[in-house]
Amino acid sequence: MDIHEYQAKELLAGFGVAVPKGGVVYTPDQAVYRAEEIGGGRWVVKAQIHSGARGKAGGIKLCTTPEEVRAAAIELLGKKLVTHQTGPAGKIVHRLYVEAAVPIRRELYIGLVLDRRSERVCVVAAPEGGMEIEEIAARSPETILREVIEPAVGMQPFQARELSFGLGLSSSEMNQAVKAILGAYRAFRDLDATMVEINPLAITESGQVLALDAKMQFDDNALFRRAAVAELRDYAEEDPRDAEAAKHGLNYIALEGSIGCIVNGAGLAMATMDMITHAGGEPANFLDIGGGASPERVAAAFRLVLSDPRVRCVLVNIFAGINRCDWVAEGIIQAAKDVNVPVPIVARLAGTNVEQGRAILRDSGLQIITADTLADAAEKAVAALTNTPVGRPAREKVS
Amino acid sequence: MSILVNEKTRILFQGFTGDKASFHAKEAIEYGTNIVAGVTPGKGGARHLNLPVFDTVKEAVKATGATASGIFVPAPFCADAIMEAADAGMELIVCITDGIPAQDMMRVKRYMLRYPLDTRPTLIGPNCAGVISPGKAMIGIMPGSIYTKGRVGIVSRSGTLGYEAASQMQALGIGVSTSVGIGGDPINGSSFVDMLKRFESDDETDAVMMIGEIGGPQEAEASLWARDNMSKPIVGYVAGLSAPRGRRMGHAGAIISAFGDSALEKAEIMRNSGLTVAGSPAELGTAMQQALSKPARRPVLA
Repeated sequence: MDIHEYQAKELLAGFGVAVPKGGVVYTPDQAVYRAEEIGGGRWVVKAQIHSGARGKAGGIKLCTTPEEVRAAAIELLGKKLVTHQTGPAGKIVHRLYVEAAVPIRRELYIGLVLDRRSERVCVVAAPEGGMEIEEIAARSPETILREVIEPAVGMQPFQARELSFGLGLSSSEMNQAVKAILGAYRAFRDLDATMVEINPLAITESGQVLALDAKMQFDDNALFRRAAVAELRDYAEEDPRDAEAAKHGLNYIALEGSIGCIVNGAGLAMATMDMITHAGGEPANFLDIGGGASPERVAAAFRLVLSDPRVRCVLVNIFAGINRCDWVAEGIIQAAKDVNVPVPIVARLAGTNVEQGRAILRDSGLQIITADTLADAAEKAVAALTNTPVGRPAREKVS
Repeated sequence: MSILVNEKTRILFQGFTGDKASFHAKEAIEYGTNIVAGVTPGKGGARHLNLPVFDTVKEAVKATGATASGIFVPAPFCADAIMEAADAGMELIVCITDGIPAQDMMRVKRYMLRYPLDTRPTLIGPNCAGVISPGKAMIGIMPGSIYTKGRVGIVSRSGTLGYEAASQMQALGIGVSTSVGIGGDPINGSSFVDMLKRFESDDETDAVMMIGEIGGPQEAEASLWARDNMSKPIVGYVAGLSAPRGRRMGHAGAIISAFGDSALEKAEIMRNSGLTVAGSPAELGTAMQQALSKPARRPVLA
């Protein structure tokens, strides 16, 4: 799960990471009020969307009068920002963060990630902040410093000192940076984060070390025990289809192609997409219906896949272990009746109760193209495309 | 011999009295698996599926001599259950449950380091289909009927794609020595390398099917290990050629986030390491058939 910059800063501040004075606002009036409350005469107004590179997209404004703050807020609220992370669809700005602008002497990079190779938390630091870590890694990989954290005892102060001195900080800067790095580590550990990024960690003209931007990602599997984090979810930032999928226990990711996929198991779902590509088609989505799928869940999967107007054929590929083919077949029929599926369906069933499943499809009187193998299914789905017109209207909206 | 489990392995289930554990324990018993006990804290002394239930793993081990555990407890309690199994001296721990917090797994793996290498339990999973040695025993959720007893080892992150491989091979008359699902999480108990080592030294395995997916370094590490250490042929496949960067494809670990994470890059490393890479997921069986018809890549080192 992702959260906004202002939320990450609030959380990190709670762990002793110093941040500039600031506050979240939803209207131009609130923005002016906040700016006057913060004082100082120089502010940044920052669009709060779940994406980096907001500055380049025009989502961050430097202001020197309350009038400029008001004008920036009017301009940004409701504006669509397009960054390389949001994709061409962009994201609408609903919230702003008004923050004291501080004169900066130096910018550093600090990131904490779950490193899959060492299977531990890894703290990454670089002496040039403000750009993405991939960019730093490409330009000057030798400057990147790493500390791997022993999970039994957690990050030790010496590790943070080594990073700080490695970045070339003076001793007073080092003391503040150590506090920030250890604070970020404790936030990572105690809140079940999967990523914490402070970029840049800035050294101000007056020698303060402040987190100017912050990003946090959290482990969805741990939200059950992090209620305070879970409630920071901003549904406005998420694709409504993703939310609809999650409600039914489905795992759905929209892609660009024309063959809708309904599969059980993430690996088989990816393999089915590969097979469609191999057969000359393009998958419209990734969809894993998971284990123990009821007919209702299968029907919900159909509605979801068909809500994409690009879909001109649906391929169902089920290899049932913990699932049951007869339930999946009933779900297909239920969906065909409820939704009036306007495109060809290709179904390949295998595994538990496969004979019952095939019999249910055969006796239903529906026009379902059955397939015996993965290759057969993909080829029949691609062939079915030629019989379906391009650009059919979406049958129904996801409720 | 097969690896990890056989008909003699004495197995218990943790979270035994739950719905899913009960269903799959029943299937496993029908398959001929030697399940000797179950553990559900608070239900010690009861009987379930005609087997004794214990409050703790230690009590179950003392009474039944179990050496392997299948874990079906809910995700919030899994790390605890795995460590309890390890502390009770289990040699093999198979965790089926999905949705375990990554930091829990980090701590579990750190905990395992307290045991010297020669007595350290082997953890398979979490978020996996489990282990089956066809005709002998199974700890997991796979349909037993799609596996023919034979001499090819399967190691796969994905459960259902492992089924696909087994059934394609079955259709061609190729059998399986042991099939292991190592799970789709970013931090898992055993890696591809761990399983390749076992298959290499198993005298009932002639070749290995290795099925990976996008995300993480394990497929590449296994390919390089195999290049330098493996005498038996390997057929490889990596799912997720059409997966976009930065989107998580169902499994918590299936996300392209670094160089070498994509399916193309991994398949290339496999090929360069001397593995046979299946052209598509429909060619897993035929690729294995061809690999078996050739002589071994290298003479088996004594």
